[in-house]
Amino acid sequence: MKKPAIESSDDRPVKTRWVPHGITWFILRRVLLGIATLFIISLIVFGATQALPGDAARAILGREATPQKLAAVRKQLNLNRPVTDQYREWLGGIVTGDFGRSLANQLPVSSFLGNRIVNSGFLVLLSAVISIPLSLLIGSLGALWRDRPFDTVTSIINLALAALPEFVIGVGLILLFATSVFQFLPAVSLISPDTPVWEELEFIVLPALTLILAVTPYISRIMRGSMIEVLESDYVEMARLKGLRERLVISRHALPNGIIPAIQVTALQLAYLAGGVVVIEFVFTFPGIGQALVDAVAKRDLPIIQSLSMLIAGVYVVLNLLADVATILISPRLRTSLR
Amino acid sequence: MTDQRTDVDGMSEAPVEPVSSPPPPRRSKRSPLAMTMARALRLGRTKVGLALVTVLVAVAAFGPLLAPESTTAFVGPPYQPPGEGAVMGTDFLGRDTLSRFLAGGRSVLILSLLATVLGLIAGVAIGLIAAYSRGSMDDVIMRSMDIVLAFPQIVFVLLLVSTIGPKLWLLVLTVAATHAPRVARLARGAALEVVERDFVKAAEVLGEPRWRILLSEILPNITSPLMVEASLRLTYSIGLVAAISFLGFGLQPPAADWGLMINENRVGLTVQPWPVALPTLAIALLTIGTNLIADGLARALIGVDRGTAEA
Repeated sequence: MKKPAIESSDDRPVKTRWVPHGITWFILRRVLLGIATLFIISLIVFGATQALPGDAARAILGREATPQKLAAVRKQLNLNRPVTDQYREWLGGIVTGDFGRSLANQLPVSSFLGNRIVNSGFLVLLSAVISIPLSLLIGSLGALWRDRPFDTVTSIINLALAALPEFVIGVGLILLFATSVFQFLPAVSLISPDTPVWEELEFIVLPALTLILAVTPYISRIMRGSMIEVLESDYVEMARLKGLRERLVISRHALPNGIIPAIQVTALQLAYLAGGVVVIEFVFTFPGIGQALVDAVAKRDLPIIQSLSMLIAGVYVVLNLLADVATILISPRLRTSLR
Repeated sequence: MTDQRTDVDGMSEAPVEPVSSPPPPRRSKRSPLAMTMARALRLGRTKVGLALVTVLVAVAAFGPLLAPESTTAFVGPPYQPPGEGAVMGTDFLGRDTLSRFLAGGRSVLILSLLATVLGLIAGVAIGLIAAYSRGSMDDVIMRSMDIVLAFPQIVFVLLLVSTIGPKLWLLVLTVAATHAPRVARLARGAALEVVERDFVKAAEVLGEPRWRILLSEILPNITSPLMVEASLRLTYSIGLVAAISFLGFGLQPPAADWGLMINENRVGLTVQPWPVALPTLAIALLTIGTNLIADGLARALIGVDRGTAEA
């Protein structure tokens, strides 16, 4: 771990001996908190879907309810047993990797969702890999060239993009690139969920671009704000006054500190991507979890809805955990303040 | 969506008073809220935002009166391009695009306004109670808010829609419920500073009931940040409500609704883009407008509007 110049502005003695203990304790506490959060989320997901007052089986089948079908659904969801048993069974299944079977097609949820999770994961990862460096760059340049044309233009674009609902960005891109204006990209991906998406790369361009446009404004705004603050700080002025070249001032002193708040936002945005894919996949009929979730909601396919809600919430909790840990590890001030 | 936008330029977490100004007297002639709004109005972005929102609200409110055709009347073949009989062409069933567009804004606007107001009320109540009670009560409240935050808003709404079905009241309530924790965080943060001030202590000593202290001592002092938050929340509400309709879980056919229109007509996009383009553009301009207002208010609140000369 590199040591940014921050320590020179901190004249308290640094108790290095306590640091590892502090970090381990901190991480342990955050992990426990994350598990507790997931547990409560499981209660909410289960409560909202299966334990509603009334007959869940009837609600699922709607007009198709025949006595035989009702009995079958009740059996599959354990509806004949007390709610606490149902919950224990369901949670036990999820913890051991058995997510049940889809009500719509009787496939095991894990094999039904497997490829879709990979597809969505690839989409999110690709978007993240492009948008994170891009937005850090835009944000830093905006701070360095504060109030100059580049900054003004990117700020206005960011403000507009941040306002747009992601499906509007997606539909807008389709209107621009797949129809009348410039027709060179496929509007929707007509590929089966079993084909890995990277074999059909042109289908991923527009969905990925939508996600990038949805996420970049947030990260670059925070990066800009935090860089402005850092560039005006005492230790950067100190580095300049002692005659360091501006490039070194920025790369060694400003960037490592300016990036810290951006980490939190990046994690939040990645977590947001896990939910943002829902609408975007529907726009582009991209064969991923979002599309599957919307289908499942329309068909009231409870096992799929429950599994996907837990998955998305899990991604969120884990990313937040990682962001907290990364922030602590990177920022010397926080590292030393932990006891 | 997430919440970094209140934090304009990342300069501060909680709204701070302008540097070097004396602590504001509690009951000045113009309330802090009025001052923030007046300052926001001098910013170009606020004016543009207001203009956009005014135009689109007018379209949504008076559009149904101006519609040349009934929203359910068949006026031509499906996906007829703009021309005689239908200025903007027809939709996937041969209904008049312009009439359906003019009639389709009301639902989006009313539902998102309702959801925003409900979410604000709930969030402010939760946040104020948390800030005022402090201690373990505060911890419990804010931790449970964090848990609701672990669901992306859209997933939370879909989860409830999947069991109860696409009901409009449910849509409003769930969108409000996803806003509440975010508003609560902000309200708590702003109220924490106010709670420590002398006039709150004085009210406590005088034996004022708790609800009165919350409502008449603390709430009036956090209206400015709440105003920023309200306009932001409205931006997200519009996006969320439109997205849910777009996914098919909001208004049901044959209703005329912007989100639903985009969904219904996207198959014929290459032949007749207007029934998709018009509502998409309208939602885009509306959300950009509300976000510009939010940004203007936020800048006025933290004092960015007064330019760099003073800094």
